[in-house]
Amino acid sequence: MSTNQVSRRDFLRVSGLAGTALCLGFYFPSSAKEAEIVNTSGVPKSEVELNAWIHIDTDGKVTIFNHRAEMGQGSFQSVPQIIAEELEVDLKEVNIILAQGNREKYGSQITGGSSTIRGSYKNLLKLSATARIMLITIAAKKWNVPITACYAESGHVLHKASGKKFHYGELVVDASKLEAPKEVVLKKISEYKLIRKPLHRQDTPLKTNGTAIFGLDKKLPGMLYATVERNPRLRGIVKSFDASAALKIPGVTKVFKVRMGVFNTFREGVAVVANSTWAAMQGKKALKVEWDDSGFEHINTTEIYRRQQEDLQTKEGLYLKKQGNPDDILRQEGKTIDVVYQTPYQSHSCMEPVNCVAHYQGDKVEIWGPIQAPEWVQDYISGQLGLPKEKVIVNMTFLGGGFGRKAFMDYPHEATMISKEIGAPVQVVWTREDDATQGPYRPGISYRCQGAIHNGEVTALKFRMSGQNNDHWRGGKTDQANRSTSEGFLKPYFDSIKNISFAEVQFETPVPTMWWRSVYASTNGFAYESFLDEVALAAGKDPLDLRRQYLQDERCQRLIDKMEEVSGWKKRKKNEGFGAAITECFSSTVGQIVKVSKDASGKIKIDQVWAVMDCGWYVNPDIIRAQVEGSIIMALGAATIHEITFKDGLVEQRNFYDYKMPRITDIPPIEVHIMENDADAGGVGEPGLPAFAPALTNAIFDLTGKRIRKLPFDLSAV
Amino acid sequence: MINLNINQKSYEVDADPDMPLLWAIRDLVGLTGTKYGCGVAQCGACVVHLNGEAVRSCVTKVSRAEGKKIVTIEGLSKNNDHPLQLAWNEVNVPQCGYCHSGQLMSAAVLLRENPNPTDEDIDSAMSGNICRCGTYPRIRKAIHLAAELHKKEGGTK
Repeated sequence: MSTNQVSRRDFLRVSGLAGTALCLGFYFPSSAKEAEIVNTSGVPKSEVELNAWIHIDTDGKVTIFNHRAEMGQGSFQSVPQIIAEELEVDLKEVNIILAQGNREKYGSQITGGSSTIRGSYKNLLKLSATARIMLITIAAKKWNVPITACYAESGHVLHKASGKKFHYGELVVDASKLEAPKEVVLKKISEYKLIRKPLHRQDTPLKTNGTAIFGLDKKLPGMLYATVERNPRLRGIVKSFDASAALKIPGVTKVFKVRMGVFNTFREGVAVVANSTWAAMQGKKALKVEWDDSGFEHINTTEIYRRQQEDLQTKEGLYLKKQGNPDDILRQEGKTIDVVYQTPYQSHSCMEPVNCVAHYQGDKVEIWGPIQAPEWVQDYISGQLGLPKEKVIVNMTFLGGGFGRKAFMDYPHEATMISKEIGAPVQVVWTREDDATQGPYRPGISYRCQGAIHNGEVTALKFRMSGQNNDHWRGGKTDQANRSTSEGFLKPYFDSIKNISFAEVQFETPVPTMWWRSVYASTNGFAYESFLDEVALAAGKDPLDLRRQYLQDERCQRLIDKMEEVSGWKKRKKNEGFGAAITECFSSTVGQIVKVSKDASGKIKIDQVWAVMDCGWYVNPDIIRAQVEGSIIMALGAATIHEITFKDGLVEQRNFYDYKMPRITDIPPIEVHIMENDADAGGVGEPGLPAFAPALTNAIFDLTGKRIRKLPFDLSAV
Repeated sequence: MINLNINQKSYEVDADPDMPLLWAIRDLVGLTGTKYGCGVAQCGACVVHLNGEAVRSCVTKVSRAEGKKIVTIEGLSKNNDHPLQLAWNEVNVPQCGYCHSGQLMSAAVLLRENPNPTDEDIDSAMSGNICRCGTYPRIRKAIHLAAELHKKEGGTK
C-alpha cells in the first residue's frame, strides 16, 4: 500500500492522472437530491482532475480520494474499505489521497455529526460497483462472452469457464469510453470480503514512524512561523501595543495587529512573526498589549449557572416538542419529581493544538491544516478576501484530533491574514494556553426535569434546558427553540409516554461555543438518562425494565437484551453498583452498563464498562470498538476530571496541569459489543459518548444512594 | 552553531542555546515526527531519547543535548519493525495518532528496562503520556504484545 499526502499538482505528476484512464466521480447538481455518477474520463485534463473520485490508470493503479477529514475516527480506512469492496481491488494496492475542499466534486465534506459513512456509503458502494461493471463489460466484449460469464477479483476481470483474465489496467482505455450504467446490483452483506471485517488501519504505519503529516508538520520553502497574542477576555479589541521588546528577540521579524472572523463576529490579536516557532513564542511573551474588552469582564461561571437556574424556575421557554399536556398531569397526578442537573463548559483540547499554514499570493491563497470542513473554509476565505472560490485552495492534513473544534474558520482566516500582511507563507501555531483559553467551548447547561408517576406508570415528563445555543453563533434564529433540545433522547418514548415536552429557556452570554463530540447529546444524555433512573426508582421499577417497558421498538428491545446478557445485569450482587443508560444520536443507539464498587479505603472504583452499539450497517468493527472506547474515556474526563470555568471574563484553565486529562491509570476495563443488522448506517465517532456519564452516576446511586446531578464530580470524594 | 547527533546523523543548527530541543528538531532539523502538545512537560507528545533516556524535548534546552545521542521516532527502527511498532499495528492502537510518537518513545524505554512489564509497570511508565482519543486500553495491550514479540526475536532489538 502506498499513501500520499500530496498537492493536486504533485499528484498529477506522480500518478500520470492526465493520461488515459478510467475516472469516475459524482456530480452533485445543486437542485438534485441524489448524486449522479459520471464518467469523467473523456473530459479535458483539468476537469478530469477536478472530477475523478476513483481513478484507475493503464497500469491498473487505483487511486481513491478520501473526501472527509481523518481526525482519528478512521475515514482514511473506512472510505477506501467500502470502495475496494465493490470495486474488487486489494486495499493494499490502493493509493489513498486526502481530498481538497470542493463541494461540487465531493458534496458535503464537513466531518461532523458522525456523518462520513452514513452520509456517503450508498453513493460510494454504487460508484465503485459502477466502475467494476464497466470493466467487466469491456472484458466480456473482448472475449465475446456474456457479461454474466465474467467476474472481477483483485483488480482483474476473469472469465469463469476458461480462467482467462485481464488486469484492470488493460481495460480502462475502452471502459473510459462507456456511459456509466444507470443501475447496478450491489453485493449482499453475506458476500462482503472487506466490509464488516476488522482490517488493520492503513494509516497506522504512518502514525508510528513519524511520517504522517499533521497540520503542524506542514513545511513550505521560505515559510515563517507566527504566534498571536489574542484578547484574553475572548473578544474585544486591541487598544494599543508595544512591540519593542518582542522585536529584540533574535529571529522575530515583524509584529502587527491581526483581526480574524469568529463566526459572525471577530476577535483581535497581535501577531508575532519569526524564523522559528520558539522565537515567535518568545516574542509573544515579550509583547505588551492594552485591550479594550468592555462588555466581557462580567462573565463568571457562578453567575452563568445562577441565571440559568433562576430562569428554569420562572420561565417556560420555547417548546421544541410537546405532546399531550404534561403541565396538567404534573399538577394533578400522584407522585412528582422536580430536579435540576448541571453540566460544565468543556474545551476540545485536541492533542494537536490549533494551527494553520497559509500562503497568500495576491490572486490566490493556498491553505494547509488540520481542517474538518475544507469547503466551509474555502467559502469563508473566498468571501472575506473577495477571491473566486477556485482561487482558494484548501488542503486537509491529518488532524491530531478534531472533536468539533477544527470545523471552525477562525484559524485559517487568521493565518491567511498574516500571510497577506507579510507576503510569505506562514505557519500560525496556537500554544496550548491559546487553545485552552480562547474556545470555542462546549456550552455549560442547566436542565430542569419534571416527571409524574401514577400507579407505577410514567404519566408525564417535562424537560427544560437553559444554555447557549451553538446555532446562534452561526446566524441561527433566536425565536426558535434549540433544535438539539431533545438530542440523545430515544424516539420510541414519544409513542409510549403520552405527555412529554422539551423546551429551551434561552440563555445568552458572549462565550464562543461550538460542537463538542456528540454535541448536545453529551450533556442532554446525562440529564435525561439520570432522570429516567430517578423516575424508575419512584415508580418502583428496575431501571432497565423501565426502559424496556417504554421503548417498544424491536431494535431497542434487542439492545436491552444484549446489555443484560453481557453485563449480567440480573445477577448483580449487593455490594456492586450497576447503572444503565441508553442514548441515541446521529442515527445510532448506544446502551452502556457501568459497574462500580468500593475499594479497601471506601473510595468508588469503576470495575467495568459494557457498551452495546447499534449503528446498523457498518464497515469496520474494530474501528467501531476503538471509537466507543475513546468516547467513553473522553466522557470519563468530562464527567469526573475537567471543566472550563470563567472568572471576570477570563478562562481559568491554561494547560494540562489545570485542565487535567484522563491518563492510562484512570481507565476501567471497557467491553464493546456491536449489534448485527442491516438497517441504514448510523454514526460511529460520537454516539458512544453520551451514555457513559449517566450510566456511571446511576451506578454510584445504586451502590451508595447518592444522586449526582452536577458534573464534573470528583470520583474519589463521593 | 550547535552540533546535534540525531538518529546517528550529525546536524549543525543555528539555535539559541535556550531553545527547547523540540523546536530545534522540528523547525531547524526538519524532523516533524516529534510533536508539540503542551510545552510544559505535561503530555509526553515530545518524548525523545537522550543517551537512551526518555526526555521531554519541550523543556530540554538544545544546549543540553549537544554531544549526546538523540533518537527520535524516525530513528526508533529502520523499517518500522520495532516490536512496539509491529504491536501498535497489530492492535490498531492509534486513532488521530498525534500523541503516538511520544507514546512509543516512552514505551521503548520501558521495554528495554523491563522486558516483562505488568499492567502496573505499564501504567506507571506510561502515565506521563496523554492520549485525548483514549487509546490507553490498546496501548497497554500492545506493550504486552511487543514484549512477547521481543522475546520471540530473542531480545535483539
